[in-house]
Parts: sequence; C-alpha cells; structure tokens
Amino acid sequence: MNKVVTQPGSTSWVRFLVIVGLVLGALFAGLPVLWMLVSSFKSNTEIFAYPPRLFDESFSFQAYTAVLTDPQKVRYFVNSYLVSGLVTLCTLVVGIMAGFSFSRYNFRFKRVLNLLIIGVQSVPPITLMIPYFGLIVALQLYNTYWALILTYMVFTLPYAIIMMTGYFNTLPRELDEAVMIDGGSSSIILWRILVPISLPGIVSVGVYTFMLAWNEFLFALTLTRTNDMRTVPIGIQLLMGQHSFEWNQMMAMSVLGSLPVLILFLLFQRYFIAGMAVGSIKG
Amino acid sequence: MLKIRKQLVPFAYLSPTLILLSVLSLIPIATVFYYSLMDNVIITNVPPQFVGLSNYQEILSDQNFIQAFEHTIILALASVIAHFILGLAFAMLLNTKIIGPITKALFRVVYILPWVFTASIIAVLWRLLLNPNGVVNFVLSGIGVANAPIEWLASRQLALPSVIFINIWAGYPFYMVSFLAGLQGISDDLYEAGKIDGAGTVALFRYITLPMLRPIIVSLAMLDFIWTTHQFTLIWMTTGGGPVRASEVLSTFTYKLAFSSYEFSLASTTAMVILALSTVVAFFYVRNQRLANE
Repeated sequence: MNKVVTQPGSTSWVRFLVIVGLVLGALFAGLPVLWMLVSSFKSNTEIFAYPPRLFDESFSFQAYTAVLTDPQKVRYFVNSYLVSGLVTLCTLVVGIMAGFSFSRYNFRFKRVLNLLIIGVQSVPPITLMIPYFGLIVALQLYNTYWALILTYMVFTLPYAIIMMTGYFNTLPRELDEAVMIDGGSSSIILWRILVPISLPGIVSVGVYTFMLAWNEFLFALTLTRTNDMRTVPIGIQLLMGQHSFEWNQMMAMSVLGSLPVLILFLLFQRYFIAGMAVGSIKG
Repeated sequence: MLKIRKQLVPFAYLSPTLILLSVLSLIPIATVFYYSLMDNVIITNVPPQFVGLSNYQEILSDQNFIQAFEHTIILALASVIAHFILGLAFAMLLNTKIIGPITKALFRVVYILPWVFTASIIAVLWRLLLNPNGVVNFVLSGIGVANAPIEWLASRQLALPSVIFINIWAGYPFYMVSFLAGLQGISDDLYEAGKIDGAGTVALFRYITLPMLRPIIVSLAMLDFIWTTHQFTLIWMTTGGGPVRASEVLSTFTYKLAFSSYEFSLASTTAMVILALSTVVAFFYVRNQRLANE
C-alpha cells in the first residue's frame, strides 16, 4: 500500500530530473553548433566582440556569398560531392557482390577471407600512409579523383560487406531456389530479387559510406596537391592556414560542409539507426 | 568443367573486393613492415640496408614515443569511458515515456548534432569557442570561475585535457544511437516483472538494462578504442600535438616523423606499433562477436 501512495510524488520528481537532464544535455550538444551558426552570420571583426552577442547588428550572409562566389571554394564542394558520390556508388556495387558471395556460397578460405576483411577495418590509416604515397604515384593516380575514391573504398568496403552479408543472411534461401527453378542465374537472384528487398539496409550502408568519404581528411591531404583536387575538409584547413583567420567564412563553410550529412541523416535516420544497431552488434 | 566453374562463382563476386583490398591494404602493410626492418628507405641516395629490430629498439626507448603512447592510451580510455556514460545517459533520457514523441524527436536531433560534423569542422569550431578571447572564457569569467583568459589549446597543462574534451563531445552520439536501438529492443515485460518482484529504478538498471546492453557496450567500447587511437585530424587541427608535444599522440608523432623529419624507417616502425595495438584489440573484438553470435 505504502508504495502506491509514494508513487505519484516520486514520478513527478523523476519527471523534473529527466527534463532538467534533457535540457542540460541539449545545451551541451547544441550550444557549440548554435555558436557556429551565429558566427557564420557575423562579420569577421565582430567574431570576438566583447561582450559576445548571439546576433550582431551586422547580421548578414556576407560570409556565405564570399564562399559561394569564390570559384576555388565552390570547387572544393564539387570535388567533395563527386568523390563521395562515386565512393558510395562503387562501395555499394562491390560490397553487395561480396556480401552475396559470403551469404549464399560455401567456398574454401571463406572464414579466413571474412576475417581478413573484418581485420582491414582496424588497420590504422596512418599505417598505410607511408608506403601509400609511393604506391599511388606508381599506379599513376597521384592528385586524381580515383586516388581518393579507391582509397576511401578500403575503409568503406569492410563495413558494407559485413552489413550486406548480414542482411542477405536474413533473407530466406527459398527466394533463390524459386528463381533457379525458373532457370534464372545467380546475377538475377542478386540484382532482381535480393537487392530490391534489402533496400533499407543498402540505404543505411550508403549513407554511412557517403559520410565517411565526405569527412575524410588525412588521405585527401596527402594524395592531392593542387587546389582543383582538394575536398571540403582540406579547404577549411587551408582557410585556417592563411595570413589571417577568416572565422566567419570558416564557419559558413563548416555549415555548408555539414549540410549534406545533416540532410542525409534527417531523411534516412530510421533506416540508419536500425542499420547501425545491427552493425554494432554484428560488426 | 561445370563443377570448377561453379566453384569459381563466389570468387568472381568477391574479385573486385579482393583485388582492391590486396593492392591498397595488404601491399602497403607488407611494405611498411619491410621499411620498419630497414634503414635508408624512400628518400635517400644510399641503398636500403637491413637492420633487423634495431628500429624497434630505438623507438621503444625514445621518451617522446613513450609519451605519445601514454597520451594515446589516456585519450582513448577517457573517451571510451565518457562516451559510454554520456551515450547511455542521453539514450535513457530519450527513451523515457515522460516526453511526447515530437519533443523526443527534436531532442534526438539536437543530441546527434555533434556527430554530423567532420573532425576538421569540429576542430575549427572548438578553436573558435576555446580561443582565449572566445565565448567559453567569457562565460567562465562571467560566472567567476576564471579571472584571466585561459589558453585552452596552447598551454602545456590544458592542451591534452582540452583535446580529450573535444573528442568526447564529438564521439558520444555514436554510442547514444546504438544504445537507443538497444534499449528499444528490451521488452517492457522484463521491467514489469522486475517491478512486481519489488525492484527499484537502480535495481532495474543494474539487473536488466545493463546486462541486456552488455554485448553492445563491449563492441562499442572496443571499436571506439581502436578509432580513437587512430584519431589524427582532430589533434592535428587543434593543437598539432603541441605545445611542445603536450598533446602528441601516436598518429601525429608518426606523421611528423615521416613527413617533417623524413625518418621513414622510424615512422614505419611506429606505424607498426599502432597496427599491433589495434590488432590486439581487434582480435578480442572479433572473438567477442563470435561468442555473441553463437
């Protein structure tokens, strides 16, 4: 009896604590981002104005127009979209094929190959870095899009393969058999039957791949030389290296550079969160 | 003939993967291992010379290397622990039935925000916030915590803690999202049964929530440990490992050794040490996955 009496009181107390916790957490996560946003609308002289203000009289899109009318900075964005898009496309095609192989066939070295592919995920990028430069030059890929695309696939493929194998494993083999009885080949099974059903999984792998490629820094820095090959993360660093810090432009570029990932995430968050949960358990 | 062709089918599907990963991953690893056993590699007029393990001896007795190693472990452990606590706390807050679904969705988007940003953007953002004349110092002096501008990223005492803090801010959403999915997978019946048995909130958390999330916790912690030991961009663009190595980690140490000192043999050796560290953790990770799947 006693319990029933105390419960309403304790729930409203819990309710209060939860709301306080939620708000504090949101401030921790959101305030820095809010500051990025408001700084991108300031003029560079007002970035460190004392006392700091959320909105200055000088509120303007000046930093955005400066970034978007500079052909070099626009090129960074074009490069990032192109490279990330192609990485996503190639990773999906290659990863779907490999996942199909692991899910539907038994063959020699299957276990070893599977382990090796999982192992690649834990290879530190910096370990590959030193011989990489020479290798990319030898392959005549230095300072090209393909240098970046193929390199990023080394890091995106393992995750894609693990995820796709997992997805295909959940699809009943009766589907394959029905196609085989009708005289269909393995490629029809894969591309006409399994791929359309696995679309949620493919979308989550695709979004993850795009984000990884969009964000990469170390190899983009080392494998490209000219400004027409640089991507957004490098472009932001270059803004920092120049004689003066154009903080408002850096923030505007950061906002613009984060939009694609944010939009992708908001559009596909349901698929994505589900996919990530599977990934983090099955990994 | 048909049988052989049939056996080749799975390899045909795997071939793009195998070619790509062997050329761009196995060959570089073999090369970097070879470099670590040699002297005079890459840029030199003298032919390379086999020196056995002497590069390893030199690196492992180098104070700067040991310091970078320690910083890496501190960064990784602190990040893993804080990511876990924040990720779980936020996931549980978001999982309560107290707030409505729309408010919940809004909070979730705000909580995920740090994860949307790439390391180089996070680095410039925090350089702006932590600038001696920046807004963090303004707030701290406003509430009376600090009376002089604090050099968060440029002081030897604060550089590493600041970098750790930034990495914590940047990384918890990954845990949070995974825990959210995990929490939603725990059946309400379990909690109901626990309540009937007289368990309080703490006991429910201790005996139902934590054990049910255990597989996710273990995999996340190991993955995060590996990723954090690889972290380069964030440190490179905030402190560059400085001032005077105060926030040097293995990846920045290796990068400088290779691309500013041109000590490619020694850099290859430290690269192998990082690889070994990751491989050990990855070994346990894979074993843990196997156990969880069986």
